[in-house]
Amino acid sequence: MPARGNAAPSRPHDLLATLRRLLAYMSHARWLMLAVAVLVTVAGLASLLGTYMIKPIVNAVGAGDAGALVRGVALTAVIYAVGVASAAGYTQTMVRAAQRVVLDIRRDLFAHIERLPLSFFDRARAGDVMSYFTNDVDTVSEALNNSFANLVQAAVQIVGTLVLLLVLDWRLTLVTVACDAAIALYVRFSGSRSARFFSRQQAELGGLDGYVEEMISGQKVVKVFNHEEANLERFRDLNDRLRAAGTSAQAYASTMVPVTVCVGYVNYAIVCVLGALLAVQGLTDVGSLASYLVFVRQAAAPLNQFTQQGNFLLTALAGAERIFSVMGEEPEVDEGEVRLVRADDVEAARSAAGAAGWAWVICGEHVPLQGDVRFYDVDFGYEEGQTVLEGLSLYAKPGQKIAFVGSTGAGKTTITNLINRFYEVRSGVITYDGIDVRDIEKASLRRSLGIVLQDTHLFAGTIADNIRFGKLDATDDEVRAAARVANADGFISRLPRGYDTPVVADGANLSQGQRQLLAIARAAVADPPVLILDEATSSIDTRTEALIQRGMDALMAGRTVFVIAHRLSTVRNADAIMVLECGRIVERGTHEELLAQRGEYWQLWTGAKELD
Amino acid sequence: MDGVRLIARYLGPYRRDFLLAVACVAAETALELFIPMLMAQVVDVGIMAGDLSVVLANGALMLVCAGLALALGLGYARCSARASMGLGARLREAEYAHLQSFSFANLDAFETSSLVTRLTTDVTVVQNALVMGTRPLVRGPSALVAGMVYAFVMSPELAVVFCVVVPALACAMGCVVARVAPRYRVLQRAMDQLNDALQEDLAGIRAIKAYVREGHAAERFDAVNEHLADISTRTFRTAVLNVPILQGAMYATSVAILLFGGQMILAGTLTVGAFTGFMSYVLQIVNSLMMISNVFLMLARAVTSVERVREVLNAVPTVRSPEDGLTEVPDGSVRFDHVFFKYAPDAEKNVLEDVCLQIEAGSTVGVLGGTGSGKTTLVQLLARLYDVSAGSVCVGGNDVRAYDLAALRDAVAVVLQKNVLFSGTVRENLAWGSAEATDEQMLDACRLARADEFLERIGGLDGDLGQGGAGVSGGQRQRLCIARALLKRPRVLILDDSTSAVDMATDAAIRENLARLAGVTKIVIAQRVASVMDADKIVVLDDGRVHACGTHGELLATDPIYQEIYASQVGSGISGEVS
Repeated sequence: MPARGNAAPSRPHDLLATLRRLLAYMSHARWLMLAVAVLVTVAGLASLLGTYMIKPIVNAVGAGDAGALVRGVALTAVIYAVGVASAAGYTQTMVRAAQRVVLDIRRDLFAHIERLPLSFFDRARAGDVMSYFTNDVDTVSEALNNSFANLVQAAVQIVGTLVLLLVLDWRLTLVTVACDAAIALYVRFSGSRSARFFSRQQAELGGLDGYVEEMISGQKVVKVFNHEEANLERFRDLNDRLRAAGTSAQAYASTMVPVTVCVGYVNYAIVCVLGALLAVQGLTDVGSLASYLVFVRQAAAPLNQFTQQGNFLLTALAGAERIFSVMGEEPEVDEGEVRLVRADDVEAARSAAGAAGWAWVICGEHVPLQGDVRFYDVDFGYEEGQTVLEGLSLYAKPGQKIAFVGSTGAGKTTITNLINRFYEVRSGVITYDGIDVRDIEKASLRRSLGIVLQDTHLFAGTIADNIRFGKLDATDDEVRAAARVANADGFISRLPRGYDTPVVADGANLSQGQRQLLAIARAAVADPPVLILDEATSSIDTRTEALIQRGMDALMAGRTVFVIAHRLSTVRNADAIMVLECGRIVERGTHEELLAQRGEYWQLWTGAKELD
Repeated sequence: MDGVRLIARYLGPYRRDFLLAVACVAAETALELFIPMLMAQVVDVGIMAGDLSVVLANGALMLVCAGLALALGLGYARCSARASMGLGARLREAEYAHLQSFSFANLDAFETSSLVTRLTTDVTVVQNALVMGTRPLVRGPSALVAGMVYAFVMSPELAVVFCVVVPALACAMGCVVARVAPRYRVLQRAMDQLNDALQEDLAGIRAIKAYVREGHAAERFDAVNEHLADISTRTFRTAVLNVPILQGAMYATSVAILLFGGQMILAGTLTVGAFTGFMSYVLQIVNSLMMISNVFLMLARAVTSVERVREVLNAVPTVRSPEDGLTEVPDGSVRFDHVFFKYAPDAEKNVLEDVCLQIEAGSTVGVLGGTGSGKTTLVQLLARLYDVSAGSVCVGGNDVRAYDLAALRDAVAVVLQKNVLFSGTVRENLAWGSAEATDEQMLDACRLARADEFLERIGGLDGDLGQGGAGVSGGQRQRLCIARALLKRPRVLILDDSTSAVDMATDAAIRENLARLAGVTKIVIAQRVASVMDADKIVVLDDGRVHACGTHGELLATDPIYQEIYASQVGSGISGEVS
């Protein structure tokens, strides 16, 4: 069979396990699948019987029996009618069943991915994750749409053909079996050889793709340096090597078809001559020979079908395996039982709620939320053997503003990622109002922490929708109030459609400063007792930052706040500033204390050192 | 149709291979259909008349046919592989070469990732369509025509059956294809929606998790997922109608031939051999129609890729070198004369509005302004990375559009804000500035850019920078990029926020070194006031307009924005001049 695509088809590693899981999904549409199996078998048998009917009809004609001819033809017509009806039935049913299964797979896959820890998203590239949904689910869908039914049908036909051939003439069948065996051997042999050609092609393709990717990403630099000609030279070279490798791989793979076809002819010729000799000697009848020859011509089709669909199915199973392996990833650990309630939600909570209006529910008891966060000797690394934080201890009392300063990779963001349990500590404990964060239900923990990141991600929808992301049931008034707190109400009101202005492709119609204000409004509407500002104003110029600062100050009032900043101006009024270096706190104190120390912070402040 | 023309054009020298491949398939098909005729003779003359020599002769002929078919098939394999891979290579090269002439505006119009896909995946899809599509596309029609001709030769009366069935079948399948093809576009849109939802989810996963919005996201995804499943079901249910229609036609033909043929034999107007041979043609002809319809469905998908490739090839470079352009930039003086600019012609607002500036050759100019005030845009006009919408930009006394593009860009060196180094050694990267530069010159440039202090640590000029230059820190990368630009020995040097990751002391040292370059006009865009304080002139941009222009002292005394910027930095660890 011709090679599909440019790559040698991929194969699943654990065929049976993958097949079992896929079958489990297919059982969602159990009755539909059963109907398909039955109808496919009927259709396959009808096709075989129809061809077999040639024998009695030809013999009836040979015998000059007009009545037998009409009866035979009528019977054939009935058989074929059943076949067509079943074919119509199974194809329609299969599409419905397949789409149902695919829908479930996509839904489950998405739901599972949502539950995965952030470490998964660090490892997996977005393109790869997308590819599970597009390429892999597509091949599975395609295989279910076509291959499954075709495979069953081909199997029915191969077995049926063989039986009927034996019934028609066992001697001629030996010839056919020998020829089919020859084809199978050739396919096997050339399959393993072509894999080598394809892997070379794949390597060349990888080289070219890598070059293209790097150079197109840097295309603006290429232009600035007039480097177009030199690049084209190198591209030509890589491209030509790919062409050569591709040509030999493809040419080799394409020999399968003519070889198969040729052996088919040889088979036909031998059967024809042998059959004729047998017929002349009266060892067989002309009707059998006629029927047999049609079968021989048809025999190649189910065989080809079987190998081809089998390959599609294997490719699909390889895709399914990738999907299932993602589904096999451990979701975020969430064993905490302490929940958070808003004071106005529960009567009992209202009396217990602290100043922030939130209360913890510990074993049925309501305890007011304070916003006290402490780290005790925390070690952490994103990967095995890597240490990002080492023996870190710190505390933030309710209402305090704690700032982290340090180079990229010093561990600033990591600290905040541990508070909301985006990652789990390796050793040590983090407490929240004295409760180990691992004992708090994750959703509750995160609801109590508001985060403003450097790159605000805006979702498709209106401005109001994007603010409401912080609190889905916020009223229009609440949204407005939050926008006012963030100092965003002004620019939103000036937009052509105010709060209903649609946000296009990740907020391209808004300036960076405006996007940042929306992020602050989003955090404001959520009204969390503890706030994390992760480089919230780093990508904004200092003058705009000064304007945003007012919104930030309003938001921070009365909350425990963790601030990560590149610019020291943002953190000077913090209650405590921690200077981080390689996962350790090297200096801590207020702005004035640290300047007086004349250490690391002082160097940064005076510009003798720059954060990278 | 345009797609076909595109493919025909880019086959170029491989057109011969392609035509040979087509000829091979056509011949092979004709041969294949010849075999049932031989078989008919075997039955009629050999078996019925008992003539063994005819049986053997025809058997030998069949073997010859098989051999010929093999040769033709192998010929096809080679030619089609050469043609399709050749087409792929030529398309890729054409795209890449064309892309080299793209302006920044063109590059912005396509996104980087989309350009990469158009050059790799899409070309592969087109290439595969040619590999897999040629055979059935030729075989289908030729089998149809040849099968009909042979059938008529064997028995014109019986062949009338085909005349009824084939047009009816063609109509039915045409209807299916016509209904499915537009549905594929709808399906593609539904898939795009799913992809968009996914992409958005992946990009915003931190926000989603931080706000505990997994359920909300899943609801949104479920909606697009169900929509896609719904559309797919409807599309494929129409598409699979092919199967029963085709089988029905095949079976109907078989039954008709069995009935009429049987009666003709009884009436003595048809031989048994011809009748048996006829049955083979049923399969052949119906299969050929199936092939044609399948190819159309397959090509419907490749068409999208052809379109995407075509968009790249048809994009008109918006910045072109003039014919007989000036090849010499006389000096480094710069003049902006009532410059207006917007990135897209239909954009509402100008990015630059009525900008007028005069910069003397050899002077140093600082440019300050908020995010989005147009600083980067302003300097990019100098190297003609974009063309002005109105007004003019002059370098060395001549409009930039009068220069040969390469000459202009050799004279105007821009260190871009988002600057990159490429995989390879330090030397290979520096050679981009000047291919002939000696080690001495390279080291000299490194000294000026203060890249010499870490050069030894990363292995000197032969140090490997790793994939995409990832082996150096941000500050080191910026300094190497400056060195690379210096090697061009430009008339005008533009530093677009190029020292943001470099510490104050080094930044000052670099500025000092650059100040000694005589005759080179320096334009420095910066966030830090300290980086531009010593410049001969400082330009303050606000919302695309020149808000003020003057020395540090003048601006500090008169300009409110400059005062605000200064105030937001002084004594804050940004300006670097806290006592």
